[in-house]
Amino acid sequence: MFTRHERLKSAYDVVIIGAGGHGLAAAYYLARDHGMTDVAVLDKGYIGGGNTGRNTSIIRSNYLTPEGVKFYDESIRLWRDLSQDFDLNLFYSTRGHFTLAHTDSAMRTMRWRAEVNKHFGVQSEAIDAKAVAEAIPMMDLSCGGHGSPVLGALFHPPGAIARHDAVAWGYGRGADRRGVEIHQDTQVLGVELEDRGSGPAVAGVRTNRGRIATRKLLCAVAGSTPGVLALVGLRSPIYIHPLQAMVSEPLKPWLDPIIVSGSLHVYVSQSARGELVMGASLDPYELHSTRSTLDFAESLSMHMLELFPFLSDVKVVRQWAGMADMTPDFAPIMGKTPVRGFYLDSGWGTWGFKATPVCGKTMSYTVATDEDHPLIRGFAFDRFARYALTGEKGAASVGH
Amino acid sequence: MKILNCPINGPRAMSEFSYGGELREMPDPALATDAEWTDYVFNRNSVPGIKREWWCHASSGVWFIAERDTASDVVLRTFLHSNAPGDGA
Repeated sequence: MFTRHERLKSAYDVVIIGAGGHGLAAAYYLARDHGMTDVAVLDKGYIGGGNTGRNTSIIRSNYLTPEGVKFYDESIRLWRDLSQDFDLNLFYSTRGHFTLAHTDSAMRTMRWRAEVNKHFGVQSEAIDAKAVAEAIPMMDLSCGGHGSPVLGALFHPPGAIARHDAVAWGYGRGADRRGVEIHQDTQVLGVELEDRGSGPAVAGVRTNRGRIATRKLLCAVAGSTPGVLALVGLRSPIYIHPLQAMVSEPLKPWLDPIIVSGSLHVYVSQSARGELVMGASLDPYELHSTRSTLDFAESLSMHMLELFPFLSDVKVVRQWAGMADMTPDFAPIMGKTPVRGFYLDSGWGTWGFKATPVCGKTMSYTVATDEDHPLIRGFAFDRFARYALTGEKGAASVGH
Repeated sequence: MKILNCPINGPRAMSEFSYGGELREMPDPALATDAEWTDYVFNRNSVPGIKREWWCHASSGVWFIAERDTASDVVLRTFLHSNAPGDGA
């Protein structure tokens, strides 16, 4: 499926660190839309082995800020055409997405999100408990009497799921066929900087397989971002917490929509294989590891049973974790940085999968033209120094 | 269940504790430059390694310091802030 390259060349026009969905999408659009094919994508592990293959594969655009809504809606438009673009089945499946509200204040937030969404032409509406019961009759709206009952929901019809590995493979194959080199098992050990008259600028990277000269370096490494930033002498507000997920044994299809409850820390959908794919909230403290915990499986199972008590005999068959690169305002950090030629696609925390296509589009534009794409200007690296935070409270796994 | 050793209450289940972030020195607000203050407010050292962190035993309200490796999740030692090793304790 991919060309295996024996050795690295001594120089490339662009080097991308991270062969996940974001890095490969940027490589794909650089080659397809900007005619830049002298590109190397480096990964210390394997294609799609990071958060691309560790998320719960949910795609939606019902965010709260105008920046977020416009950005994710563009991503959804790109998603719908990808299977054609790649000639590869992504199993993109539109399911409808329900964010449950258990309190009056959560209902108010849902109405707010619905209004922001509708204003930008995104389908979303706040619905009451009766409408939730009609849409999801198998759910116990009283939550077993253990917590606050479901009062209503934000209903987002375009909510979808897709096969996440295939996204990385599709972008990777499309880039590979256009001449981009993908080098797995290739770790970046250092970044060489020089001053060409306007402050520090990228001159090359040192890897475990030799040195590469380049003037454009894109970092798309999710939970490993702080380590790469340290190589170029930058500090950021990014903090790393694990995000865990798990799947049940396969069941006959019974759950069509995607269900999210911020209060119960549950999100769940049923995959094409029949497995329930379940996630909860971030682990409560910093950790640079993808270990799983029993605490997580226990507490998520408990909350799942509050909504779906009939699942009490169903087995959990796998659990895993990814390292989420979180930011204080739950919005990404994208675009140019104080180091010339060093471009960042980071801060994707718990919400990066759905943004894969639009990140590739906007970052390839930014790398090719050395100008931040208009859609990412609200996510600039220097927004913290300007005290101009974005405040995206529609993010997953975030209490609000 | 992971166990953390509270300096007052002894070994307790991790679920009894809450995390307070890395132990950091606040620059003097009257003397710090805008850049220094912004760095203190927003930026974090998120490179994996051994760090001193604030933790709280929630059920008794005891705040203390843990020295923890954030790559392996191994806690090297815990102590009260007033008893910080190297501070004459």
